[in-house]
Amino acid sequence: MKGRPLPSPGLLRRADALARAAFPAGATAVLLVLATMPVGLPGAVPAIGLPCIFFWSVFRPAALPPPVVFGLGLLQDLLTAAPIGSGVLVLLLVHGLATHWRRFLARQSFLAVWLAYCGFAAGAAGLDWALHAVLGWQLPPVPPGLHQVALSAGLYPSIAFLLTRAHEAMRRAESAS
Amino acid sequence: MIRLSIPFRQALSRLSLPVLIAMAFGTMLLGKADALLAERARMALADLLTPIWAALHAPAMAVRDVVQEARELLYLRSENARLRKENERLHRWHAAALALEAENAMLRRQLAFLPEAAPAFHTARVVADGGGTYARAVLLSVGPNHAVRKGQVALDDRGLVGRVTEVGSRSARVLLLTDMNSRIPVALEGTRARAILAGTNGARPRLQHWPEGSAPREGERVVTSAEAAAFPAGLPVGVVHWTEAGVPEVELFSRLDRLDMVRLFDYGLSGILPPEAVARPEPRRRR
Repeated sequence: MKGRPLPSPGLLRRADALARAAFPAGATAVLLVLATMPVGLPGAVPAIGLPCIFFWSVFRPAALPPPVVFGLGLLQDLLTAAPIGSGVLVLLLVHGLATHWRRFLARQSFLAVWLAYCGFAAGAAGLDWALHAVLGWQLPPVPPGLHQVALSAGLYPSIAFLLTRAHEAMRRAESAS
Repeated sequence: MIRLSIPFRQALSRLSLPVLIAMAFGTMLLGKADALLAERARMALADLLTPIWAALHAPAMAVRDVVQEARELLYLRSENARLRKENERLHRWHAAALALEAENAMLRRQLAFLPEAAPAFHTARVVADGGGTYARAVLLSVGPNHAVRKGQVALDDRGLVGRVTEVGSRSARVLLLTDMNSRIPVALEGTRARAILAGTNGARPRLQHWPEGSAPREGERVVTSAEAAAFPAGLPVGVVHWTEAGVPEVELFSRLDRLDMVRLFDYGLSGILPPEAVARPEPRRRR
């Protein structure tokens, strides 16, 4: 059986491939900026950054290499007036753990992945609380952290739905070309 | 691009995560050591994004209004009853206020009273939420030739909102009264006792450190006091409510979840700023 030869890399195809490679990081950055709009949800920015990073780390780790996760964490810290570096560390650790366990996680059903994500969100909120305590020299109150976990876990299904559609569209485009 | 061998590239990619985690720790240290740098980076990003936020302002307000309407529909009946009672109370106050105003005008004429000049203010629009999990702040869009400085007081049409903590070339960050790090010297209007209004990240800040024997009473009005020249005196803040746990909280006059425009007053006082804001000279203007 003979396979099809690869089509020659014209300019449009290369631009297409570049856009596909840049889409996850770009979309996450745009979502982070849109989350700062004053729609009445306090603490929405970290609650939107974490599901995006988790999703792409589990299902398409090549799209978000660690330097890009560093940049997104820095963007999140600068947007939310948190001590610089706390969001970066949390996102890098989540990325590392999700990539380490992705062979197991990627095969599970949606509910199992959501449950795993809740665990990740709780761990991330706890680490965030500890970092705020160390960097700010005062113990932050616990309820905002719990509110953050709940918001993040609640936003995960809608974000995962949108990103799944995008991921499948990218896979179709890649296998067709 | 340098041609690297595949095992070397694999080793590099495996090393990148630990190296970046170390760099994250380095960034945390840098952020704490040089608070000025962190502040400049934040305001540079805010300056960059302010035009986008200002352009998206109308749709965002529409979404927020829908969310508010949904919330209000849930509490329609109780809100209605409360508003009727408040309306009756305010009608009585209206009559009293008219009588007092007439008496005031007569007394001023008799004493040849010279009123003090009203302080100048600028108006700025709130474009984005500048807080995160543990911070409550808003970002304002100010024009390119603005005269906004750190320490200026922000009020909305009803009462105190917060203070300006960071200023960029096109934007400014206002730390709200409800933030954890916000400490405002206030006075209780009835007894003129001094207290501190401390934010707790929740909806209502709490009162602390009042003098012995003059505990705040339920329903007492709270205004700012001129303690330590950090704040102008007499600005309306809120009303005292005691919670079931025995903690005096202040129900603020200003509506912090519906901020649209704030007025920034410059009383020339930049005394005690919130802990994370480091005092620095005027922002450098780039022409």
